[in-house]
Amino acid sequence: MDMSAYPLELPEDDRPMVRFMNVTKRYGQLVVLDSLDLDVAEGEMVTVIGPSGSGKTTVLRMLMTLETINGGVIYVDGKPLTHMEKGGVLVPADERHLRRMRSAIGMCFQHFNLFPHMTALQNCMEGPVQVLGLSKQEARQRSEELLTLVGMIDKKDQHPSRLSGGQQQRVAIARALAMRPKVMLFDEVTSALDPEVIGEVTNVIRKLVNEHNLTMLMVTHQMGFAKDISDRICFFFGGRIEEQGPPGQLFGNPQRDRTRQFLSAVKEAD
Amino acid sequence: MSFHWRWDFTWEILPRLMWATVNTLIAAGAGYAIALVLGLILALAQRTGWKPLTLAVREFVEFIRSTPLVLQIFFVFYVGPQFGIRLSPWMSGMIAIGLHYSAYLSEVYRAGIDAVPRGQWEVCRALNMSVRNTYARIIIPQALPPSIAGMGNYLVGIFKDTPMLSVIGVAELMHTANAIGSESYRFLEPYTLVGLIYLAISLPTAGLVRLFEGWVRRKLGL
Repeated sequence: MDMSAYPLELPEDDRPMVRFMNVTKRYGQLVVLDSLDLDVAEGEMVTVIGPSGSGKTTVLRMLMTLETINGGVIYVDGKPLTHMEKGGVLVPADERHLRRMRSAIGMCFQHFNLFPHMTALQNCMEGPVQVLGLSKQEARQRSEELLTLVGMIDKKDQHPSRLSGGQQQRVAIARALAMRPKVMLFDEVTSALDPEVIGEVTNVIRKLVNEHNLTMLMVTHQMGFAKDISDRICFFFGGRIEEQGPPGQLFGNPQRDRTRQFLSAVKEAD
Repeated sequence: MSFHWRWDFTWEILPRLMWATVNTLIAAGAGYAIALVLGLILALAQRTGWKPLTLAVREFVEFIRSTPLVLQIFFVFYVGPQFGIRLSPWMSGMIAIGLHYSAYLSEVYRAGIDAVPRGQWEVCRALNMSVRNTYARIIIPQALPPSIAGMGNYLVGIFKDTPMLSVIGVAELMHTANAIGSESYRFLEPYTLVGLIYLAISLPTAGLVRLFEGWVRRKLGL
């Protein structure tokens, strides 16, 4: 597809919070995402499921600009993320453009990635102070509010090594929220957790869905949780969306063979 | 031939050797300071991703590590002036030894930085942190503790290599002991004392480095 086919900006009346337009990702010969088209509306919670190697985590990592793009364009809030305008056409974004656009997106990782040399509170304050330029006092107030939201305020002065996995993940969620992103990405945030603490993390995400108008994109293996809180489920297979729809429909009445096979395999494993 | 230790001579030369020890410590300290800073610059330069720079720094490090320190000292002191760089023995010595050890320290830093999990880099990017802040506030503090043991080894190493500076006439311990020997024709006492002084400094240093590492880890909450 010729670059001139991609609009410099999405029109007012067709402006989802996130749009993947014909996005392709390759590692050498291996095609991880194959001409992906995916919209996420403002305030929508979309969950990506699928077998490993289906490209679902890559979707999030590309949106977070942790991966480069081999084809297509990703738009965030109507503006191109992976590209920028130059002489009337889109060209690959430079680091400055990425930094500007990236501020709209926050991400939580499977392995939390808290800064081990900082307390929970310092972890949350780091971005607001160093990146957003907030005063220490403002950043502290914002961070304490968020640590309260995730139920970690009483552990705010602990270092990550003193926290359980579930506690660390909740701090990581607070840290990402402290940047006030418009879009939150959750990349298998419960996969590294012991079963008994998964609930404390899913409850925080549930609370975010119910009480905040965040746009969220989540990759998870917790099918029950996904079914509960998602507005839409996308089933990925071989780098494409094999099937998507509201959770009731996709889990209750899947249309495609591969979806059915995947869901029954998952059910058996449960 | 008989073993014949003269205590009066020992006490006589001790103050002179002590002064030389101070010089040795200054040379080692200044050289180490240069090596610490330059080593970090070399390590970071290899991570810029700009091929020509990475390659140049790589070659420089390999060159330094594959040629003798004495040669490098001679080069700075005797060849420098031909290019209009005229330095005193002291300056030449500290620069040469600093350069030499910067190559080794850059490898220590490199290993330390490589040991920081990839997720830490990714989360810095996700939080939109600048490259500078990513290194200064996140990566280097985590790369430091595992590097301290290696850094300590080279601190002792640089201290033990200061005798090399005697070849260009820096009045450090070895140079002074040689001078005493050629003035008095007695070598047993000065050389023995030099050995003891080196031992008395090197051994506790290694222990202190270990204590320092523990302190840094606690300080960083690791």
